Amino acid sequence: MQRAYIPQAIARQPWRVILPLLALVVFGSLVLYSAAGGNIRPWAGMHVARFFVFLVMAALIARVPQEWFKRAALPIYGILCVLLVLVELIGGIGGGSQRWLNLGFMTLQPSELMKPGIVLVLAWFYSVLPVGEVNGWRAIAPAVLLLGFPAGLVMLQPDLGTGLAISFGAVVMMFLAGLPLRLFIGGALAGAIVAPIAFFTLLHDYQRKRVLVFMDPESDPLGSGYHITQSKIAIGSGGFLGKGFGHGSQSHLDYLPEAHTDFVFATMSEEWGMLGGLFVLAVFALVFHWGLKVAMNAPDRFSRLLAAGMVTTIFFYVCINLMMVMGLAPVVGIPLPFMSHGGSSMMTNMICIGTIMAVDRWSRRSGTGLL
Amino acid sequence: MKAKLPMTSAILTNKFERRTFVLGMGQATVGMLLAARLGYLSVAENAKYRAASESNRVNLTLIPPRRGWVLDRRGAALASNRADFRVDLIPDRVVDADATLATLGPLLGLTADKVDDIKARLEKARGFQPVEVGSNLDWDKFAAVSVRLPELPGVIPQRGYSRFYPTGPSVGHLVGYVGPASADDYERERNPLLITPGFKIGKDGLEKHFEERLRGVPGARRVEATASGRVVRDLGTREDVPGKPIQLTIMAGLQDYAARRIGLESGSVVVMDCLTGDVLAMVSMPSFDPNSFSDGIGRIEWKMLSEDDHVPLRNKVLRGLYPPGSTVKPMVALSFLEAGLDPSASVNCVGGLRVGNRVFHCWNHRGHGSVDMAKGIYQSCDVYFYHFAQAIGMDTIAKMARRLGLGQEFEMPYPGQSYGTVPDPAWKLRKYKKEWAIYDTVNATIGQGYMLVNPLQQAVMASRLASGLELKPRLLLDRHAPPPRSMGFSQQHLDLIHSAMNEVVNGRGTAGHARLPIANVQMAGKTGTAQVVGLNIGNGKGGQWKHRDHGHFICFAPFDKPRYACAVVIEHGGGSPSAYPIARDVMTYLFDPAKAMEVLEGFEKQWGGDVRTRMRAKYDAYAAKFGTTAPAAPDEEQAAQEVAAENKPAPEPTAAQTDAAAPAPEPEPAPVATPTPAAVPSPAPTPTPGT
Repeated sequence: MQRAYIPQAIARQPWRVILPLLALVVFGSLVLYSAAGGNIRPWAGMHVARFFVFLVMAALIARVPQEWFKRAALPIYGILCVLLVLVELIGGIGGGSQRWLNLGFMTLQPSELMKPGIVLVLAWFYSVLPVGEVNGWRAIAPAVLLLGFPAGLVMLQPDLGTGLAISFGAVVMMFLAGLPLRLFIGGALAGAIVAPIAFFTLLHDYQRKRVLVFMDPESDPLGSGYHITQSKIAIGSGGFLGKGFGHGSQSHLDYLPEAHTDFVFATMSEEWGMLGGLFVLAVFALVFHWGLKVAMNAPDRFSRLLAAGMVTTIFFYVCINLMMVMGLAPVVGIPLPFMSHGGSSMMTNMICIGTIMAVDRWSRRSGTGLL
Repeated sequence: MKAKLPMTSAILTNKFERRTFVLGMGQATVGMLLAARLGYLSVAENAKYRAASESNRVNLTLIPPRRGWVLDRRGAALASNRADFRVDLIPDRVVDADATLATLGPLLGLTADKVDDIKARLEKARGFQPVEVGSNLDWDKFAAVSVRLPELPGVIPQRGYSRFYPTGPSVGHLVGYVGPASADDYERERNPLLITPGFKIGKDGLEKHFEERLRGVPGARRVEATASGRVVRDLGTREDVPGKPIQLTIMAGLQDYAARRIGLESGSVVVMDCLTGDVLAMVSMPSFDPNSFSDGIGRIEWKMLSEDDHVPLRNKVLRGLYPPGSTVKPMVALSFLEAGLDPSASVNCVGGLRVGNRVFHCWNHRGHGSVDMAKGIYQSCDVYFYHFAQAIGMDTIAKMARRLGLGQEFEMPYPGQSYGTVPDPAWKLRKYKKEWAIYDTVNATIGQGYMLVNPLQQAVMASRLASGLELKPRLLLDRHAPPPRSMGFSQQHLDLIHSAMNEVVNGRGTAGHARLPIANVQMAGKTGTAQVVGLNIGNGKGGQWKHRDHGHFICFAPFDKPRYACAVVIEHGGGSPSAYPIARDVMTYLFDPAKAMEVLEGFEKQWGGDVRTRMRAKYDAYAAKFGTTAPAAPDEEQAAQEVAAENKPAPEPTAAQTDAAAPAPEPEPAPVATPTPAAVPSPAPTPTPGT
């Protein structure tokens, strides 16, 4: 057994997720290195460094016993709600909406933390909910309240992207918790009716414009449509093999907006082509496959829901970001996990990964009886 | 519901696993969809997006072509190009116009009114239509702007060529001027060259008429540029093809001399070659400086030009219409001769002619005594012409006037010329539904009444009288043009007219002071004074400038072998004494430039410097007085319209005239001893009131 030669502490780590993530982060930092015109600074070095810092954080989360998770779920949720209210009251103005809370030593975006937060609190809720109540209103009403309060606050900021991410995570949690299927079908129908109404009444002008421009980017080639058009040009001009490392004209000549954050996938595609894009998709497929497998093998209802919810949270990021850069969704400010430069999203995603790793630990311990 | 099995943990786990599988499948589907989309964009649509990315990356900058030169007959430049440094603003790229101008102002030394002008133009400019901030900058200013570019988005400093008119105002009306293309120009042509910073199109005169020929083909510079326009790398340059030059018949030195010689007056000078019809000088003064027009018309400049009662924006040579006064008399005399009148036939002038129960006065109320044709011309006796015109008839005179060019259209490359009127009975009937009256003939024979001509026509008349050739004014030099045909006049008749006109200057005539200071060259001429207002308002000599008589003089030299013909019109000069000294000096220049310059320099000392010095002084005075309070200059289109309105010929009187005009007094012939010494004209350009 070769395993015998590897120290236990190392062999025990979930390499099936760490290695793909490392590959993705290193690849991302290469892209950021090129986007900075061939410089480690300001993005590439920081990106890798952050990953390792948050990997340590994830490893620590992975060691937390399940009991603590369950006990902390409601208080964490409460704290996050309070922070969201604070943001609403005193938050700094940025990007046309109030999202950040200046803590003095760092700026905090509570809505970002709410994404894993909602998954945690709903996992706890459905684990304590008596099994027989799943089909009743008691399974729905509290969950809707738990979701509605923070989602409403985030939408008020207004931050449509994050609001939708939180809602999506919560809805998938309810789905996996076994709520009746007709609820979801009915909800989808209701959504189809409500969405157009909300579009014309609830959305802010700039949001409405983004959606309209998404439908027809050429209608505003120098305004909001510019992002989508330039992103599609970057991806499309890359071809199958790409223009080559350091030769992406769209990003280097500043035609691509936000080349190092939200549109990093376009930056990558331009230089690495479709091949690079397939690589990124494959790595995410591995990560999600791992995450869902962990959820399937989890020992109990709480950990199952928790792991699947965390996978869903990351998935939503990836899905919306890629659809956006490829012109399949309106421009919403959602970065691509592990590739986009940015501390907040890296932290959220690593919290999710850490939580899944924790679930993995619990199942192995209960399954094998080993530490 | 109740019939269903009770929910158990196992069922929920099973449900969870099934739904997780669905979730996984959903994710896989989304993944496939994204991969397909990726393939569609980067493989299927690759060519389209590659082209789009290439057009993003490579920026094609047009290099404005150097404009073709405008040359005089000897190849000297009337309009050329000079290399210069310039700074433009692209309105769409400017982030904060006020801040940008606040930075540029001190760097380029812009005055407050200039800054206001630029702001006004920025507001009106659309999108990428460049607005000039400064041109002809020295290297230091240019460098000072260039190093600050990162903080000045939308500011384009570049080196290029700008139009240069070496003699400035002297050729303003002749050559016209250039300026940035207007939005309308761009709408019409849709040519990206028009919105290239530094590119100018012809706005007036020859610059406008020959735009196509002068423009040339732009060069191009291919650069790799960022989205914000910063150039990263040069990819190659294609040189421009300069526009083709045009060569005029103009004599640059003469043109400039005549322009300067007009001095403080408002008037025109046209000089023609009597052998070919070449226009050697065509001057309308005061004028504008086309050099300072090319960056747009500033508010101070506009105020200064539009308030000037000497109408510097009107090309008086082609658009000014004047009653020609007595300058028509040689023409009328020739019509008499051709109709068979004996030149020695005389009439006794007693200061007036009685026709029926009316008396038509001669300008000289004391009378000229016995007057034959020659004396009628050199003493400008009105009675002689009244008398024989009655006998010979207006139709004969009008025919001759048209043959000699009055009322005729000449093909000149300028829009909006005024051609005037040569009246005859048929014309009057058509126009006013009234019969021709005796007083109409009386008026027409002394160049008053309905008769209106422009200075170019007067020059043509002088040249045709001088040469007997059917000369047409030509502005574009053509060395292979067929020689002009003869008019078919008897040489004897012409000689007679010539010698009478010679007498005007060199004998007992009305313009003794017009004698050329050149040995062996005698100039022949004819004075003319046209009344502007009736004698009841002013005597035409002094008083309000607007009420003074127009001064005319037509001439040619040498009188016995005509080579050059010239017409001078001075608006409100107080009569012909304001015109013939100018004609004399201009003609002198043709034979002895040094001698002529000496005279001019003497005058310019009195006038406060040459044309440009005076214009600058006036500009500074205006700038000091009004500064930014002057209203903004109208934009290009408005300005063009206002200039056009300015250039409209005086409307013909709507009502028919009902009486003879009193003939304006001619200057007393110097050699004739008269008891009124005050009437001796002074060669000073501005007749002082009272003389």
